[in-house]
Amino acid sequence: MISSRHTTKIRPDEIIFRAGTGVFAVLIIGVVAAIAFELYRQSKLSIYHFGWQFWQTDSWDPVAGEFGARPFIWGTLYSSILALIISTPIALGIAIFISELAPGRLRLPLVFLTELLAAIPSIVYGVWGIFVLVPFVRQLEVNTPEWLKVLPVFKGPPLGVGMLSAAIVLSIMVIPFTSSIAREVLKAVPQAQREAAYALGATRWEAIRMALFYARTGIIGAVMLGLGRALGETMAVTMVIGNTPQIAASLYAPQYTMAAVIANEFSEAAQELYLHALVEIGLVLFIITLVINMMSRGLIWSLGRQKNPRRARRILSTPAPESA
Amino acid sequence: MVPDMRAALAARAEGRMGGARGNGTAGSTDKIIVRDLNFYYGTKRALENINVTIPARRVTAFIGPSGCGKSTFLRTLNRMNDIITGSRVEGEIRIDGRDIYDRGTDVVALRRRVGMVFQKSNPFPKSIFENIAYGLRLNGMAGSRSELAGRVEQSLEAAAIWDEVKDRLHESALALSGGQQQRLCIARALAIAPEVLLMDEPASALDPIATQRIEELIYQLKANYTIVIVTHNMQQAARVSDNTAFFWLGRLVEFGPTDRIFTNPAEKLTEDYVTGRFG
Repeated sequence: MISSRHTTKIRPDEIIFRAGTGVFAVLIIGVVAAIAFELYRQSKLSIYHFGWQFWQTDSWDPVAGEFGARPFIWGTLYSSILALIISTPIALGIAIFISELAPGRLRLPLVFLTELLAAIPSIVYGVWGIFVLVPFVRQLEVNTPEWLKVLPVFKGPPLGVGMLSAAIVLSIMVIPFTSSIAREVLKAVPQAQREAAYALGATRWEAIRMALFYARTGIIGAVMLGLGRALGETMAVTMVIGNTPQIAASLYAPQYTMAAVIANEFSEAAQELYLHALVEIGLVLFIITLVINMMSRGLIWSLGRQKNPRRARRILSTPAPESA
Repeated sequence: MVPDMRAALAARAEGRMGGARGNGTAGSTDKIIVRDLNFYYGTKRALENINVTIPARRVTAFIGPSGCGKSTFLRTLNRMNDIITGSRVEGEIRIDGRDIYDRGTDVVALRRRVGMVFQKSNPFPKSIFENIAYGLRLNGMAGSRSELAGRVEQSLEAAAIWDEVKDRLHESALALSGGQQQRLCIARALAIAPEVLLMDEPASALDPIATQRIEELIYQLKANYTIVIVTHNMQQAARVSDNTAFFWLGRLVEFGPTDRIFTNPAEKLTEDYVTGRFG
């Protein structure tokens, strides 16, 4: 096929290699497009029936045929963000300890143990959540001092199941992902960067902070990977969040997430509109995940080429390196 | 004695590079005194019984083949080797009379006094301004906004890079060329006003023109700083240094005025090395 008329001769095995990998690359785009199309096709009824109202409606009443995604969007975002707030400092602490401070003998067991957390099936986390975490959280809620209960985040009856339990379970599930990526990223920081800081009279912590700054885009990537995991987590969350479609600021209130409602109600959705509404929830989750991923890409990209490091520091939420 | 070495020495003797001329230890005080220094990586002894006295406000060059311990020795002078696990030091290094390996030594304060420039330029991924300001802030030398700006300018001036970067202080340091990055790193080290400046093959990754600029800079800086430079390049040692130490297999073979080391070495080993018979 390729003859000597061409100036550069392309070897046949290279053509096969290129075509093969090319097919896989196209395949992945095709799969994503197919998922999006299928979600759209199977939620058409709901899309045309509710339109944009679907995104703005608070009620979810299958009997009355009223479907709105807002409580679930709220629940998913709230629980995921809470999980990030809890897990990020812990995961970064683990990563920093393992890569910068731990003595060699301790390093491998620690890596193994954190990675083990990722291998536990989510149903196991859910069971642990129901039998251990929820009673513990209930105790916590019962013993909340009165003056704290004035705040909207601590209002409500002490049920145990609810947003706080879900956020804690999620954060534990997210930690191994964030910490292992952050660890690898820190490992990739050239030793010369740390030495440069040491040579200027930096303490150990200041040198580590410089390494963190150097690795900031990778660390944000690690956190975003954790966020992706938290957004889609279904089983463990369903078991502890209380499954009540409502928008509440309270950590104690039972709420609901997009993934949880699909898992719980898919098998009992008798009417077609109900089924289509559930699939549309899936579409909403798909879109939100896509948008958040694109935003994090954009953030990483802008950090990579940014000229004003001050902004990066704010985003990283680590203290500014110069406030020694 | 190879001819180009003679030319390098001649260039220095004429003072073509400007700056103060110093010859040997005459007229200078002792800055760093090293006595019976041994250094170990685990069980491997990397430095053996080093004894040397480095004079203040002079350039001292360490030469020798790869792996001879010259960089390791340089890094013991600001205790940079402390961060390598399993390393161990015996003997003493006195800077201004005080043993830096004494238990009471504040390593952070020591490194502030003994600055370092590395083989590969390693600017922080920040703006040019912030690269210099970092060390100043770290050491509480930043002062007010205008004082900080003044110190940054001074440091960049001292490292002979100010004119090239003054219009782009807030652009990323990583956008600079290799030679500019290295001079920025020198400026960063100078900003915190160290007394000693350690340079670990500062020009080995640079082209001849950038190298020349660094050498001129070293020549100017020795009026105010005690400079210790590790170099692979013997012409460079001949051009910039007042004293030269020749290392071989972790031992300090010979130390003396640069002119003598290159023209009339006492040791056969040194002669073989400087005449290019090995290494």
